Amino acid sequence: MIQQVENPVLEIHDLTVSYDKKPVLWGVDLSIPNGALCGIIGPNGAGKSTLIKAIMDLIPLNSGYVKLFDQELNEVRKKISYVPQRESVDWDFPASVLDVVLMGRYSQLGLFKRPRKADREAAMAALEMVGMDKYSKRQIAQLSGGQQQRVFLARSLTQNADIYFLDEPFAGVDAATEKAIIQILKNLSNEGKTIIVVHHDLQSVETYFNWVILLNLRLVASGPTEEVFTPQLLEETYGGKLTLLTEVGELVKKGGFNAREKQ
Amino acid sequence: METLIEFFSFEYPNIKYVVFGTILLSISSAVVGCFTFIKKKSLVGDVVSHAVLPGICISFLASGSKDPFLLIIGAFISGWVSILVMDAIIRNTKIKEDAATGLSLSVFFGIGILLMTYIQHSGNAAQSGLDTFLFGKAAALIGIDLLAFSIIAIVVLIVVFLFYKEFKLISFDPQFAKVIGLPIRKLEFILTSITVLAVVTGIQAVGVVLMAAMLITPAAAARFWTNKLHKMLIISSIFGAFSGISGAFISYSTPSMPTGPWMVMVLSIIALFSFFFAPSRGILVNSWNRFKIQRQLLEENLLKTFFRIGENSNDYFQDIEAGDLRLARNFSSAQLSRGLKMLSSNGYITKSGSAWTLSKEGHDKGKRITRLHRLWELYLTKYLRIAPDHVHEDADTIEHVITPELERRLEQLLDYPTSDPHQSAIPSR
Repeated sequence: MIQQVENPVLEIHDLTVSYDKKPVLWGVDLSIPNGALCGIIGPNGAGKSTLIKAIMDLIPLNSGYVKLFDQELNEVRKKISYVPQRESVDWDFPASVLDVVLMGRYSQLGLFKRPRKADREAAMAALEMVGMDKYSKRQIAQLSGGQQQRVFLARSLTQNADIYFLDEPFAGVDAATEKAIIQILKNLSNEGKTIIVVHHDLQSVETYFNWVILLNLRLVASGPTEEVFTPQLLEETYGGKLTLLTEVGELVKKGGFNAREKQ
Repeated sequence: METLIEFFSFEYPNIKYVVFGTILLSISSAVVGCFTFIKKKSLVGDVVSHAVLPGICISFLASGSKDPFLLIIGAFISGWVSILVMDAIIRNTKIKEDAATGLSLSVFFGIGILLMTYIQHSGNAAQSGLDTFLFGKAAALIGIDLLAFSIIAIVVLIVVFLFYKEFKLISFDPQFAKVIGLPIRKLEFILTSITVLAVVTGIQAVGVVLMAAMLITPAAAARFWTNKLHKMLIISSIFGAFSGISGAFISYSTPSMPTGPWMVMVLSIIALFSFFFAPSRGILVNSWNRFKIQRQLLEENLLKTFFRIGENSNDYFQDIEAGDLRLARNFSSAQLSRGLKMLSSNGYITKSGSAWTLSKEGHDKGKRITRLHRLWELYLTKYLRIAPDHVHEDADTIEHVITPELERRLEQLLDYPTSDPHQSAIPSR
């Protein structure tokens, strides 16, 4: 059940990606409509984060291409916002909450320029949205997991993007934070922004998302939640382990092959 | 004292130059060092400083002169190559970063020593002084050398000033930096280049072996004093500059003392001092806080025991012997004498003969702790469904932690209870 859409904001064509020389995503082909609040669902090691990183050009592709707003990533970077996994940075870094949120404005600032008053105001507004304005001067090492995630979301909100990619924003956060974050995402979606979220918890999928991508090393399904989030497709995603595919991946790595021969 | 005045009056122009040079070199390596430190790449400085040696030697062999600019170019190239080699090893083999660092460092330094020895025995008269790079010689920082190294140090500082915001982002979150479209490869190239340059200039003062200290020590020390990157850069620069002046002064006042090693010594002392005495992050403050908590625990536990003895006999202000306290709770005799002394000097108890009596304030405090203890026990059994015989130890700790604000919330949540899970009365406020 892979539903392709007209005029997609995100189009992925024949995407194969390797991680540490082992193919982890095989031939992914999908498209996402404008304004979707989309969850990427799948078991551990299914390649969910890898898919987002591949879209963001953070890891090289073995094959295929990604188009955003029918353009190359480099043409539309200003319309894109990315919230990496919380654990991907060192929170003992010498910076305050406001410092981190201001980083979202760097692309608009350009090289050499220092953050201006307007940037600080935008950062404070974003902090207020995530309920962290009281913590703007706090050293980031003193934040709880949920607060760290809110700060990351605030940084992303300052970018005023049209499409948001969030990598596991609900991992290890408190219930109040999860609720606050999903509310903000729903508001953004209602404003016509597209949101793509790597998500773990099957319980909340139906209430959170209106579009679902089921992933397990290959694309199992992509479509509106009510059509895709079915017992059969979930069984296909989580059940029957694709031992054959995994073993072939290992062989590719061991033999030092490229996942695709050079085209 | 006289020497001090003589030194700082800069009567001899050479002193002026040496001081100026060492300060500039120290500041530029301290500033760059902050970035290698927060990027957790502290050992890169060590690799580069050792790896510039072959570059200096090859440059000398090729040109036959000690022109500082030529030597710097050679040093710069071989320093860079060492980093590329290190990265290539990590990327293409199973060797991890630590081993790759060690490999790159020792191979390059080995080649450097080999070439240096060859040059020294080649009978080339121009070679004398080339070995200053090995151990550094700040006092040789005069004339064209001073000019060359100063220019580089200033360039390094300007680059950091211009790219501060970008360097900060690529150090904190390179993935995000890449996604928002920062040219991170170019920025990394620039940052690595100024690191190599800072090392190349710094070894003039302290030599290849001590260079890593010039890079990392000011940053590590500064980190203890601040949680902000820009302040960290400023503080580490001050530490660097201070070490530069001190090193120059010490070797001026005692001619047998070398400048570079003393700069590193001063930096190490600053780092040690920061390690112990810095507010909030220093060891001393931490142990002082721990000590205060220990004292608070002892005081509150004693008052609680006083209160409970009073509770049992329904006479809170009776005379209580130290032995009674020990019967009620397991205090060591050292704890007991220390704690009782503390309580009486704080006015919570008064001495009457060999026994002790609670004061009004002592009674209130003992009551509050008992109250919190029982409230928490009740909370645990009610909300966490922990068996009543398992809640005591937990409450013994938490009773010291609960704030008045939490106390009120706890009361409200438990609907103003009057007895705990063991049917002991919860004393009213």
